[in-house]
Amino acid sequence: MLKIEDLWVDIHGKEVLRGINLHIGRGETHCLFGKNGSGKTTLLMTIMGFSGYEIKQGRISFKGQDITKTPLNERSAMGAGLLFQRPPTLRGVKLKDMLAVCRRGKDDSGLAEQLAVKYGFDRFLEREVNLGFSGGEIKKSELLQLLAQNPDLTLLDEPESGVDIENLQIIGDMIRKLLQKDIHRNRQKSGLIITHTGFILNYVAADRGHVMLDGQIYCQGNPLEIFEGIQKYGYEECVRCRQ
Amino acid sequence: MSSVTHEENMKKPVSQGGDEALIRRFSPASQAEPLKNAELLEKDEVEKLKDTGFDLSGEGRSGTFLMANCGVTKCACGGVRGVELMPVTEALKKYGWLKEYWWQLVEADKDAFTKETERGLDNGYFIRALPGERIVYPLQTCLYIRSDNTAQRVHNIVIAEEGSELHVITGCATHPHLTSGLHIGVSEFYVKKGAKIVFTMIHNWGEDVYVRPRTGVRVEEDGVFLSNYITLKGVKSIQTYPVAYLTGTNALARFNSVIVAPKGSHIDTGAKVVLEAPGAKSEIISRTISYGGRIIARGHLVGLAKGVKAHLECQGLILSEEGVIHAIPELEAHVADVDMSHEAAVGKIAKEEIEYLMARGLSEEEATSTIVRGFLNVEIEGLSKELNEELKSIATEGQKGM
Ligand SMILES: Nc1ncnc2c1ncn2[C@@H]1O[C@H](COP(=O)(O)OP(=O)(O)OP(=O)(O)O)[C@@H](O)[C@H]1O
Ligand SMILES: [Mg+2]
Repeated sequence: MLKIEDLWVDIHGKEVLRGINLHIGRGETHCLFGKNGSGKTTLLMTIMGFSGYEIKQGRISFKGQDITKTPLNERSAMGAGLLFQRPPTLRGVKLKDMLAVCRRGKDDSGLAEQLAVKYGFDRFLEREVNLGFSGGEIKKSELLQLLAQNPDLTLLDEPESGVDIENLQIIGDMIRKLLQKDIHRNRQKSGLIITHTGFILNYVAADRGHVMLDGQIYCQGNPLEIFEGIQKYGYEECVRCRQ
Repeated sequence: MSSVTHEENMKKPVSQGGDEALIRRFSPASQAEPLKNAELLEKDEVEKLKDTGFDLSGEGRSGTFLMANCGVTKCACGGVRGVELMPVTEALKKYGWLKEYWWQLVEADKDAFTKETERGLDNGYFIRALPGERIVYPLQTCLYIRSDNTAQRVHNIVIAEEGSELHVITGCATHPHLTSGLHIGVSEFYVKKGAKIVFTMIHNWGEDVYVRPRTGVRVEEDGVFLSNYITLKGVKSIQTYPVAYLTGTNALARFNSVIVAPKGSHIDTGAKVVLEAPGAKSEIISRTISYGGRIIARGHLVGLAKGVKAHLECQGLILSEEGVIHAIPELEAHVADVDMSHEAAVGKIAKEEIEYLMARGLSEEEATSTIVRGFLNVEIEGLSKELNEELKSIATEGQKGM
């Protein structure tokens, strides 16, 4: 589904990603751990194709196609979707309108609103996107947009940060649906989840974990084991382990 | 009314001479052919007027006034009680007392345009809501220049007597095939104790049209004046700077404007509110977009009494390299116990916003127009839901081809 080879990325001339290799197969969910500022969001933004992330070297392929230079909206149309860590506010654009954008070109245009009702978010449909939304509300709004969009590869940047315990369950359900966690054979949807707390792993099983430090992936393996290690020994252990 | 601020206001207009010369370029509307009846309007004219909120059928309106060139083509209230609507020249003959309202809030010798209007008045509307009457549906008025190279000189008086409520929608336009003209519109609004006026004005001019409204407003105790001003289409130059005097306790005035300046236009707009009485409140809010034209978005709040509350907000989007938006917010407090603030933001659309929408599948152009539509999508206070929808569709239509 997604293959990243030796990816080097600068932001404003500052080297942020330094030789990332990552492979996510169809139907797989991976998670990404790492210290603040290590480059996790940068990696997701680069995969999606945002401006300001200058690729110095390496390539990204998605569904077998080289997308290193493909515009953002085309990557979206190809089936990539992103849950933003800090999405901007869109004044005058209602969540309802945003969902219609996500749903564009797909049949069953009523689906998004049904989902809003299902996840208890319908009273936000008339609100301007992200205007005055709480931290948890932003996550729900983002997930609702993604469900409407129905991408094949979902990039989730800290989906559970700022979410209370009750809503964690709902957010977990939403992500499970996005990643087809209730389908066990022939699952099509892939995901990459950034998490600090690991809470989301209680709801969404991940196939593989990666630790990013200082723009490099230090360690790959069983996500739960990695997370336990980080909890016990901290990220310093990853540094030592690699040496 | 405070004489200091009034005088100062008279110095305010930015026109630097040449106004007389501008007026002389046009021939007076009195020499242009009048329109005998509204049925003679061509289909494209009717459509253009519709884009200013003026519906010839009169449906959903309490009254209709249409002035084409110098003549009043239509003036009818359709049996609605509690409100008077007539050509202002007629009202001046009928009511001796109207002199007390004539050139009181706008001074006749303020500038070349007011002088020209005093000297060569074509006509205008007189609207008055009688005491305690709440006129539910809006009255619609239309000031229409139908002949090329014509100067139209209008003077309107609107009075809401004690405890009354009045909604007026004014559409100002030029003939769709006409390019050049001058519109001078003097308007004086009187909001008496506990009364309310909601005034919505939509402009739809031509490429080489000059527009000079001169507006004064007085709001008495507990009175409310809400003004909504919208201009989305091509025009050469607009210069407007209504001044409201809040003379009674708890009087309120709010000015909302949505302004789009296409390439080649120069729009100098804004409002001034003088809060003279305790507890008076005001808001001046503008949303401006430049597609290459120049916009000056002014706002001046003057707090003269204790406990007044006022806020000024200018938001501007520049969508073309040649565009200029100049926001000039001014706050002036003469006493300590006031709550006055302003907020101004001018620039291009934030890249993050465009890319956010692109990540959901829109192209860059689609994302831009979605954000612009959102920016213009202001829920206008004081208007019915239907009217708000009507305005939104005018705004959306107005965006096409930009
Ligand atoms: N626009 C920018 N300008 C300058 N530096 C930036 C910019 N965006 C990111 N950076 C820097 O790049 C580095 C990586 O940032 P990134 O947001 O990818 O970290 P992260 O791993 O997602 O951190 P967190 O866990 O705190 O979200 C940081 O040092 C950050 O300050
Ligand atoms: Mg981050």
